[in-house]
Amino acid sequence: MSTAQPVLRIRDLHKKYDRLEVLHGISLDVPRGRVLVVIGPSGCGKSTLLRCINGLEAIESGDIELNGESISSGKTRWNLVRQKIGMVFQSYDLFPHMTVMGNILLGPLKAQGRDRREVTREAEQLLDRVGLLDRKDSYPRQLSGGQKQRVAIVRALCMNPEIMLFDEVTASLDPEMVREVLDVMLGLAERGMTMLIVTHEMAFARAVADKIIFMDQGVIVESAPPNVFFENPVSDRARRFLNIFQFDGVKKEEQPHVES
Amino acid sequence: MDLAFISKYAQLYAQAAKLTVILAAAGIALSLVIGLVCSLIRYYRLPLLKSLARAYIEMSRNTPLMIQLFFLYYGLPRAGLRLESVTCAIIGLAFLGGGYMAEAFRGGLEAVSRVQVEAGLSVGLSRPQLVRYVILPQAFAVAVPAITANTIFLMKETSVFSIIALADLVYVFKDLVREGHSNENNLLLVLFYLIIILPVSLFFAYLERRVRRAGFGA
Ligand SMILES: Nc1ncnc2c1ncn2[C@@H]1O[C@H](COP(=O)(O)OP(=O)(O)O)[C@@H](O)[C@H]1O
Ligand SMILES: [Mg+2]
Repeated sequence: MSTAQPVLRIRDLHKKYDRLEVLHGISLDVPRGRVLVVIGPSGCGKSTLLRCINGLEAIESGDIELNGESISSGKTRWNLVRQKIGMVFQSYDLFPHMTVMGNILLGPLKAQGRDRREVTREAEQLLDRVGLLDRKDSYPRQLSGGQKQRVAIVRALCMNPEIMLFDEVTASLDPEMVREVLDVMLGLAERGMTMLIVTHEMAFARAVADKIIFMDQGVIVESAPPNVFFENPVSDRARRFLNIFQFDGVKKEEQPHVES
Repeated sequence: MDLAFISKYAQLYAQAAKLTVILAAAGIALSLVIGLVCSLIRYYRLPLLKSLARAYIEMSRNTPLMIQLFFLYYGLPRAGLRLESVTCAIIGLAFLGGGYMAEAFRGGLEAVSRVQVEAGLSVGLSRPQLVRYVILPQAFAVAVPAITANTIFLMKETSVFSIIALADLVYVFKDLVREGHSNENNLLLVLFYLIIILPVSLFFAYLERRVRRAGFGA
């Protein structure tokens, strides 16, 4: 393993909502160019973890570092930090009053103050890569769920972030649209994007991850390379969780096929 | 029908209509600014200011314009502040309208989802940028029907301006009543209110269709 500084480094992160403690001391590193996939039962704190990283939730204690700089010190200028963190949510969150292009350019132009021509060119390249260049003047309501999520990914990418965070971005999609979004994410992994992904798509997790983080009840229960985790989970909790995705054969024998 | 009367006095009415439109436009424009500021103060729950905004909104919405004008025109001079009747009319209308517009904007602001706010923050926008590019356009689209209703309401409220000696439509009307004219005079009054208010209604109907088309609804 390299000793280079990780892009994201979290140490002993604690988070409460009022009196409900949701994260009990999370520590993890995301090295540059690596993909960490976080899985775990619903309500275990995965979304909260991502939201703490880009400052949508305040944390109780612990430390979060982006490229070696603490972003949990209390005087963080979040709008600057968030320009380096690309976030894609589960719900479609494109700005409904802007076209696809308007959505993508907003951050680079207004927040980052970049040159319009340069960003437009970059945006068009990215849209082309996800197969949506011909939809650049469409409004979000004219797109399918899968197309919206691909645009949301491009919107985050166009900020040239250090790391991308994905929170169950295919969970609200119809099954036939899941694949097109996951393919975009696989493409990013191939290009060496640093990513922290929350997903329930186990086959995808296995294919894309350098490391699986299994969380339950606000703690990291297991952290292992995908083949180790999926084939030999150490903890009972991980085994039980993985069983949810297994189906044993229930049909005793092939039923005779009846034509009507 | 006395066409001679109509052609003779239409000119007078037209002048009054012009004054009414100018005062209404200034008062309504100001009320939009006041309403927007108050609604943002309440949206961001700014300490102290939010109580002031709340008190102002209640006061403006629960007192008649006529009383507000009396206060500005007859009350303030006793405290040593003498304002032109034109100034009083604009301030009065803005004071009344600000409260209503604040409520209209508030409805719009509350309709902007948390997800939208977080999406805006996630692309690195600062708070003012978030308000300018994400929150207000969406809030405005939702608020347009309420803003329309308020605007038309405020245009109609201008009909009390004559009590502070402004030569508006009602003022001309009363003048002519005193000279003994009736039917044609009534007709002119109604007609001129229609002439100034109807285009406003039509414009807002158009605006409503436009903002809706620009990305909202199905
Ligand atoms: N804004 C909130 N206020 C209070 N409790 C919350 C809030 N958001 C999440 N929670 C609770 O925190 C826990 C973790 O939620 P979450 O991070 O969304 O889990 P996951 O994404 O793993 O399903 C859950 O018990 C959830 O009910
Ligand atoms: Mg979640």
